[in-house]
Amino acid sequence: MNIYAIRAIYKFEMARTFRTIAQSIISPVVSTSLYFVVFGSAIGSRMNDVDGISYGAFLVPGLIMLSILTESISNASFGIYFPRFIGTIYEILSAPVSPLEIVIGYVGAAASKSLMIGSIILATAALFVPLQILHPFTMLVFLVLTSITFSMFGFIIGIWADSFEKLQIIPLLIITPLTFLGGSFYSINMLPEVWQTITLFNPVVYLVSGFRWSFYEISDVDIITSLLMTGLFLFICSVFLYWIFKTGYRLKK
Amino acid sequence: MTSIIKIENLSKTYASGFQALRNINLEIREGEIIALLGPNGAGKTTLISIVCGIVNPSGGRVTIGGYDIVKDYRAARTMIGLVPQELATDAFETVTATFAFSRGVFGKKADPAHLEATLKALSLYDKKDSKIITLSGGMKRRVMIGKALSHEPRILFLDEPTAGVDVELRKDMWNVVRKLKESGVTIILTTHYIDEAEEMADRIGVINKGELILVEDKDVLMQKLGEKRLILHLTKPVTDLPAGLSAYRLELQNQGKSLVYTYDANQSESADIAHLLDAIAAAGIQFKDLETRQNSLEEIFVNLVKK
Ligand SMILES: Nc1ncnc2c1ncn2[C@@H]1O[C@H](COP(=O)(O)OP(=O)(O)O)[C@@H](O)[C@H]1O
Ligand SMILES: [Mg+2]
Repeated sequence: MNIYAIRAIYKFEMARTFRTIAQSIISPVVSTSLYFVVFGSAIGSRMNDVDGISYGAFLVPGLIMLSILTESISNASFGIYFPRFIGTIYEILSAPVSPLEIVIGYVGAAASKSLMIGSIILATAALFVPLQILHPFTMLVFLVLTSITFSMFGFIIGIWADSFEKLQIIPLLIITPLTFLGGSFYSINMLPEVWQTITLFNPVVYLVSGFRWSFYEISDVDIITSLLMTGLFLFICSVFLYWIFKTGYRLKK
Repeated sequence: MTSIIKIENLSKTYASGFQALRNINLEIREGEIIALLGPNGAGKTTLISIVCGIVNPSGGRVTIGGYDIVKDYRAARTMIGLVPQELATDAFETVTATFAFSRGVFGKKADPAHLEATLKALSLYDKKDSKIITLSGGMKRRVMIGKALSHEPRILFLDEPTAGVDVELRKDMWNVVRKLKESGVTIILTTHYIDEAEEMADRIGVINKGELILVEDKDVLMQKLGEKRLILHLTKPVTDLPAGLSAYRLELQNQGKSLVYTYDANQSESADIAHLLDAIAAAGIQFKDLETRQNSLEEIFVNLVKK
């Protein structure tokens, strides 16, 4: 293991995060706070409880997941796309670094940042709504798994993209709809039956549901199923990454 | 001398179907400066990029210090530093931070003394905490050289190091290169300037259209370069050379209308020209004009490339 390389990449990426602290940390916090104010307090006060939980509190896990997904993808995709775009990637490619070390460095940094943002939002949420976390360990597992998985997904997008438009198109066209339709703002039980079935093809449902279970023990799908699906997604991303490095896809000519 | 890089039957066909390298065989000796000389599009960058692991080869084998660049890529790549042709730097990082990053990815522990020495050797010490975006183009090029040297490589690749570089940087760079050579570092540079190859290299390899046409010690090449020809345009064609002239390297050309004398301009024997002209006069040969010609490296090169 080239530990120095992992550390160098990780440090470099984290430095970028702290250099752009306003846009990387403050902005997600501000936008989620707005969600709490609008949906949690203003609209939420007129909404019925969901499965015995106040709407504001019900929203918290979903909103955290929403931020983690978007942040992981955008950070990891940008992290690897940018050196490709400006050409500095040559250095990583010519260095004695294994694909695994590269992934640990980039994905690790993106996932760390997501975790930081997730924690800050959680803390912010506690200011607005009464929170309880029944299974803190499970919560952490979901948080970490999701951060890593979607950072890997973002990393893949960052390698696939050959323009800034493409970098943004997948998050915009696929991830945003999936997260909004993934039960962040409602319980799946509230949907008509057909839609409940269709929704089960949305991977985000499992993440949000499992994550919410760790807070309140309420879920749309079984917690074990949620964990397995999250694991499956991680596995799929890993296989993809393995293939990318094996073939040199878009990294080497 | 032992060879530190061995390139065997290397070929490259890009995804577009374009064959950029054809069956390249080359051994690079430890501690030498070798210049790969060739026109734009010859395949120099492709060759360097394959050795450094940035481009996948289509066929053939490369070893660095005995390590296969694919199978033992870690051991192989630890030895190399690359300064690519295109300027590519992280805009928002400081000079020191990028040097530290480079050293890190090559698997080495931070070394403040070496960092400082590198900064100073490249006249970057004043700028060490500046963000790279604030530096001039020349300074950025220095940064790229510094990055390549940050992990103390045993082999340094310089791809078109002086393209678009000012005189001062060029001088600084050659000083750095000379010092590196003294400390035993092997240097591979590419260029399409003949005088650059001539100035710096111990050996010169000529690449054209993906083929390595020639690899020669610079001195041998210069010897060819040093060859001069004296051409006498004769008044009347001559069929045979008179016996009295057999001591000289003479040749009849142009259906006996020209008499060509080949000699080494680097040697004092050129004083022989006076004697030669006497001998020619004594043989009764008359000429109406004379000229001298020198093989420049340029000419050698153009001849090679035309084939
Ligand atoms: N990625 C690529 N895809 C297709 N052709 C390429 C690619 N990179 C370089 N080439 C072609 O390969 C040839 C050699 O390029 P290069 O190695 O950059 O030459 P040099 O460095 O000697 O100028 C050129 O004709 C160039 O157009
Ligand atoms: Mg080139």
